[in-house]
Amino acid sequence: MAAAIERYGQQLEGLARAQGLDFYPVQFEEVPDSFMMEVAVYGLPVRMPHWSFGVRYIYQLIQHRMGHSRLFEVVFPGNPGRAYLARGNSLQENTLVVAHVLGHADFSKHNELFRRSQQEGGYRIVDQAASHARQIAAAMEEHGQERVERVLDAALALEAHIDVFRGLRRERYAEYTAVRTIEDDTFRRRFHQLPGDERPAPSHEPRQRASIPPHPEHDLLWFIAQYAPELEGWERDIFLAVREESFYFYPVFACQIMNEGWASYWHARLLREADFLPQHEYLDAIKTHSDVVRPHAADRQASLAINPYHLGFCLWESIIEEHGLEQAFRIRNQDDDFSFIRNHLTEKLAEDLKLFRFKASRDGAVEVVDREINALRDAILAPRYNFGAPAVAVRNLDHDGTLHLVHEHASDGRGLDLGRATRVLEYVHRVWRRRVVLETIDARGAAHRIEVPAPD
Amino acid sequence: MHIPSTFSGCAEGDQDWYELFSRGARDWLRHNEKVRQAVRDKLPEVLASADILGGEKGRTIKVPVRFLEHFRFRLRDPDEMTGAGQGDVGPGDRLARPGQQQGEEGPGQGGNEDGGVQLVLELKIDDIVDWLWEELKLPNLQAKSGATHDDDYTREGWSRRGVRSRLDRRRSLKESLKRRSVDPAGPAFVDDDLRFRQLVRRRQPATQAVVFFAMDVSSSMRDRDRQLAKTFFFWVVEGLRRQYTHLELVFVAHTVKAWEFPQEEFFQVRGSGGTVASTAFNLVREIVAQRYDPSRYNIYLFYASDGENFKDDNGPARAALGEMASVASFLGYVETPATAEQALQTETAAIFRDAIDSCPGGAFALTTNESVWDAIRAFFRDQVAAGGG
Repeated sequence: MAAAIERYGQQLEGLARAQGLDFYPVQFEEVPDSFMMEVAVYGLPVRMPHWSFGVRYIYQLIQHRMGHSRLFEVVFPGNPGRAYLARGNSLQENTLVVAHVLGHADFSKHNELFRRSQQEGGYRIVDQAASHARQIAAAMEEHGQERVERVLDAALALEAHIDVFRGLRRERYAEYTAVRTIEDDTFRRRFHQLPGDERPAPSHEPRQRASIPPHPEHDLLWFIAQYAPELEGWERDIFLAVREESFYFYPVFACQIMNEGWASYWHARLLREADFLPQHEYLDAIKTHSDVVRPHAADRQASLAINPYHLGFCLWESIIEEHGLEQAFRIRNQDDDFSFIRNHLTEKLAEDLKLFRFKASRDGAVEVVDREINALRDAILAPRYNFGAPAVAVRNLDHDGTLHLVHEHASDGRGLDLGRATRVLEYVHRVWRRRVVLETIDARGAAHRIEVPAPD
Repeated sequence: MHIPSTFSGCAEGDQDWYELFSRGARDWLRHNEKVRQAVRDKLPEVLASADILGGEKGRTIKVPVRFLEHFRFRLRDPDEMTGAGQGDVGPGDRLARPGQQQGEEGPGQGGNEDGGVQLVLELKIDDIVDWLWEELKLPNLQAKSGATHDDDYTREGWSRRGVRSRLDRRRSLKESLKRRSVDPAGPAFVDDDLRFRQLVRRRQPATQAVVFFAMDVSSSMRDRDRQLAKTFFFWVVEGLRRQYTHLELVFVAHTVKAWEFPQEEFFQVRGSGGTVASTAFNLVREIVAQRYDPSRYNIYLFYASDGENFKDDNGPARAALGEMASVASFLGYVETPATAEQALQTETAAIFRDAIDSCPGGAFALTTNESVWDAIRAFFRDQVAAGGG
């Protein structure tokens, strides 16, 4: 089969380039299902060990055994890109998958978020993650599993808490800020210029120690790595390794609808134009396509989740139909899911797709609310804000080393789950090694403060 | 010029390679190790609630546990969740909720909550006792010091003569090699090479014990009380098994009379009427006199009661127990009072306290599952103090 798929693959590639797609070469590799499953669980082919991945792995295994989930491919951007094909795929499925991967490869080369993250990461996340894994294995060897795990518990729990806008490579805060002295105001300056009132030259530049952090800091991984009072070197390295991988995951997360939609659009289009495919193979491949992009299970009237493949696919189809391919390429370059949905999910499209907003109460009752477009866009995007995590920031680092975190509940709309938050603070406390405090609100909306260790 | 993509397949045999180095399985095993650790930290809850004495003893117990959660910051569950869906429905329609919620997933995909999967952990009873030992930092229990000894054969040294079954082949071969290193032309084995293991009769410290479990089965003992006593007894036996190679159990139930029961029936026994504790102590004394010579056996007596006893019987009970104290290695009193405040305030408790003055022993109050655990710990501690001292 490898020979057949290689032949088709090269032809599909030529076709894609002729249509204007542009991508780094991709190394396709056929791998067993078990390997696919692990890649899906870890998010990367070789990644640091942690027991929490083991739990996800078992869920994935069970879903797989029960036939609920099927993984056709996993693709990693880079130069060269890497794609893994499940060995269980038929030739027809693989034909589709190769076309799909080319769509992803084009997207990740041109989309601004992907480009920036790859520039910062050096286009070789797969190798970096593998070297992080080695580095952590070495740390376990040297410092023992328990100690390394303690650091990973904290770092991975804060995995989503990075600040993509400030970037991967950052300098520590400036230690001093310029001081505005009373002499700075205009009147006094001019007054001092009057003859007979020479003031003594300042012996040194007036300055004062800047407070840490100078602004609410959302990149918790970075802040802890840089400012934890007693973090050891190898512990810092683990935090930075986790952080580097998070920066890699961010575009994947923030462009999921666009990216999957784009790849689905292109696999459909390339297959349609692939006159070298025998008729029956084309039909089989197209059947796979319709399975992948179907809105919801056929036996259900409605689904309480939106299939990102389907939504993205339909959005791209409508954009290309209305505005042409050139405009679509521009959108591919500039947007992420937030702007993509806000700008291009029109009222008409939402209606055609039968999207709706629902409310689910705690007792399990689910009610359809409306199809109002703005509220609908919000409902689609709400779980995607802020890397899918609550907005928690460092507010202050006290003189005694206390770490003050604050949950920005106003932007999140409600308080944190207090039990879980306490457990996360416990993880953090074990590496911060001084008091850790978090402010949020409780169920009634009253201010709530969690301290670890708990005050007497 | 574009560099073309490359394709590589994998051979059938490669599958094994991936499975051998499955990172998912490795992390899953680590998770299970942590679960075990977590269970160990919460042993009292786990064990006191498990029905351990019932059923055939497979030397393991099964404990259902939850998967561990790696905690993350999460918003509290809202009273009402809003989401987006797709399908042919109109405003106001009510929908059935599918099993899975639209996820708030972090980076690198997450699994949904439990998903109907349950993990059952099988724990070896020996491991649990080991944990307990470690936790209590107990030294290994020592046998009762004194005149009691068993005579037993022990291996000791080698002889040139013996029966074939005691031939030590490794030794014999060594001898043969030694001889042939001097005389390489010699035969493989000669009679002089052969070495036989020798057995000698040696006096050993006594390692046998008998444990009496006496229980008040009158109507005032409730099912819960029995269950608590049973759990306590079970762990006591497990602890004592470490100390003695031969451990015999005797079960005595009493109301106004006392009977001996086999273990299977003992915890089902239900009596009616009042409580005369001395009957049980006297029966124990009789059994000791008939079957267990105190010079050869370490004798343990545990008595479980709700603390009530006929007033008139307190004198006889005190006397009977006093006699037991002179032969027993340990006297344990297990009370199951209605409330923790009343614990060990009864006349029966007082009788035991007096008896314990002249013999190692302890009084334990069982009110909740946790208190069983405390009692077991206290017992082992007393036991070490008594046995080691």
